[in-house]
Amino acid sequence: MQYVDEFRDPELAKTLLAHIRHKVSAIAKASERPLQLMEVCGGHTHAIYKFGIDQLLPPEIEFVHGPGCPVCVLPMGRIDGCIEIAERPEVIFCTYGDAMRVPGRNGSLLDAKRRGADVRIVYSPLDTLTFAEQNPDKQVVFFGLGFETTMPSTALTLQQAKRRGLTNFSIFCQHITIIPTLRSLLEQPDVRIDGFLAPGHVSMVIGTTPYGFIAEDFHKPLVVTGFEPLDILQALAMLVDQIHDGRCEVENQYKRIVSQQGNALARKALDDVFELKESSEWRGLGSIAGSGVQLTPAYREFDAELRFNTQEHQEVADDPLARCGDVLTGRCKPNDCPLFGTRCTPQNAFGALMVSSEGACAAYYQYRRGLA
Amino acid sequence: MAFTEKDVVTMAHGSGGQAMQQLIEQLFLQAFSNPALNEREDQARIPLSLLTSVGDRLAFSTDSYVIDPIFFPGGNIGKLAVCGTVNDVAVSGAVPQYLSCGFILEEGLPLQQLEQIVKSMADTATAAGVAIVTGDTKVVQRGAADKVFINTAGIGTIPASIQWGAQHIRPGDSILVSGTLGDHGATILNLRENLGLEAALTSDCAVLTPLIAPLRDIDGVRALRDATRGGVTAILHEFAAASGCGMSINEGDLPVNSAVRGVCELLGLEPLNFANEGKLVIVVAPEAEQATLAALRAHPLGKDAEVIGTVTDTARVQLKGIFGASRLLDLPHSEPLPRIC
Repeated sequence: MQYVDEFRDPELAKTLLAHIRHKVSAIAKASERPLQLMEVCGGHTHAIYKFGIDQLLPPEIEFVHGPGCPVCVLPMGRIDGCIEIAERPEVIFCTYGDAMRVPGRNGSLLDAKRRGADVRIVYSPLDTLTFAEQNPDKQVVFFGLGFETTMPSTALTLQQAKRRGLTNFSIFCQHITIIPTLRSLLEQPDVRIDGFLAPGHVSMVIGTTPYGFIAEDFHKPLVVTGFEPLDILQALAMLVDQIHDGRCEVENQYKRIVSQQGNALARKALDDVFELKESSEWRGLGSIAGSGVQLTPAYREFDAELRFNTQEHQEVADDPLARCGDVLTGRCKPNDCPLFGTRCTPQNAFGALMVSSEGACAAYYQYRRGLA
Repeated sequence: MAFTEKDVVTMAHGSGGQAMQQLIEQLFLQAFSNPALNEREDQARIPLSLLTSVGDRLAFSTDSYVIDPIFFPGGNIGKLAVCGTVNDVAVSGAVPQYLSCGFILEEGLPLQQLEQIVKSMADTATAAGVAIVTGDTKVVQRGAADKVFINTAGIGTIPASIQWGAQHIRPGDSILVSGTLGDHGATILNLRENLGLEAALTSDCAVLTPLIAPLRDIDGVRALRDATRGGVTAILHEFAAASGCGMSINEGDLPVNSAVRGVCELLGLEPLNFANEGKLVIVVAPEAEQATLAALRAHPLGKDAEVIGTVTDTARVQLKGIFGASRLLDLPHSEPLPRIC
């Protein structure tokens, strides 16, 4: 299949793997510990496990699964807020599919649907505008979730809603931004990461420039990469080349999609609709300054939390035994958590890293559990 | 019976009165006409001699069909209700012979749609050589059901020489599929979710009796299942649980239509987990592999048949990826949900 098969060529993969092995063996001689490379994005985590890339690499490379899955870092309190709105009789609550199973204190959106709430899965937020037009006596609420990958489509939907003068449409805004979180991660004293694989789709919007501080201020190499196995292997080769050569630069493996400046049109829509808010809570990581967005004054009339005057939900403390945050910062592997595979499974997820198929724990459980 | 666009199912059609009699006489009895049904008793009376002349055991199966949408490229709920149960009977090695059907109709269902569904059932049953010999109709108020639900039960006779079953599976056996995977599931998902990917997506809904018939003559056929809900993954897990063996399949050998692959790539879903309505998963002894493959490929329904893996002695279901690394093939714990990015 065009644009897929050419990025899954086993022969090319072998060549890249041989290159990585060669460079890593030279690095290993000078180092007593394995390299820890963070794939920031859950999409990368999923691809690494699905294609068995981690098994193909030399043991001197360890992956650290970063905070770049918006479903994984979704705090329970925010799901509680969604459910509070979704259970109002006049509301049609619309969400992307993989937010349906994230547990709040009173269950998930799937549970709310079972209890009778009108919760619908959508593939495009623009579909929610059709629901609003077709149901003038209802309030249609869209759960705006995700990084800069999904933010532009929410922004365009809001611009359309304003243009059409819709008064029965609003969004529950849980959009977050990755750059402040990476900075916060690097500022923690005991987090040891030797290099980063940066998310291709976020970078498609923001460009490569915003990652500059990682190389300049923290002296870590970074490669922006796509999601096919050869993308990831080539990016790893570029990363180990940098480490081998003692370079710390922002490089772009995903040039077919990502430019240095990003997508100006998308950024313009984001600037029109969203502004940074003071701080945002991340599940497993706590509050991070400037890492979330809220609607600009021009669009605040579409803020579901203001419209429905939702309660201020307190932060929900995770079980002290759960090590979601440690997995997200590379301090431990998913199966080092005492809840992994026992109290926390995809069927009965305690931590959101197990809920989303992009989560490190879910991927580890699905693809590695029991494999020799 | 000529229905107009305005004719719909009403509560009267389920009342036992004139409207119901009229519907049964003019639609169901005409479409499904056969000697057992035409006797109009409360039960079908089937001569045992007809059954015992074919084999020594009955295969008896039932399933209910609740699909949305009820019409789709490649079929409709009626065709599905016949194919599904006939296939469930046939994979035991039986010759399917009789079906029952029960309808639960939602008040307001256009009668032209019901007529189309019933005709499709009749045509499919005739083509499969089975008779629909007894049935039932109920009508529920609007909102109490989704347009139409159909239950079918089927009976067939298993020839004495056939002993297919998952408990016969042994390490070293070959695993085959009869064609491309996930066509039905991807077609329904595309329609239900309005994904707009019409091109080349057609359900594989089909009666598999003619594809299965030549397999009865091959020594070494261990077990057959049709890979419906849960797809090939679910069948492999069922085989593994029943036999105590492991299943190892090769990603590179899986036949998948490119439109289905496209849907899966877009939504982060797995074609192995998608429903099929006309595909077999077959386990055979290694020496029967080529004969089975040739028999399948000789029929249009099996032209894309492939050997996809082998049975192992390690009790787990795994997929060997295109780069040589293996991963577990987990049984999905619920309906797959698309990823957001």
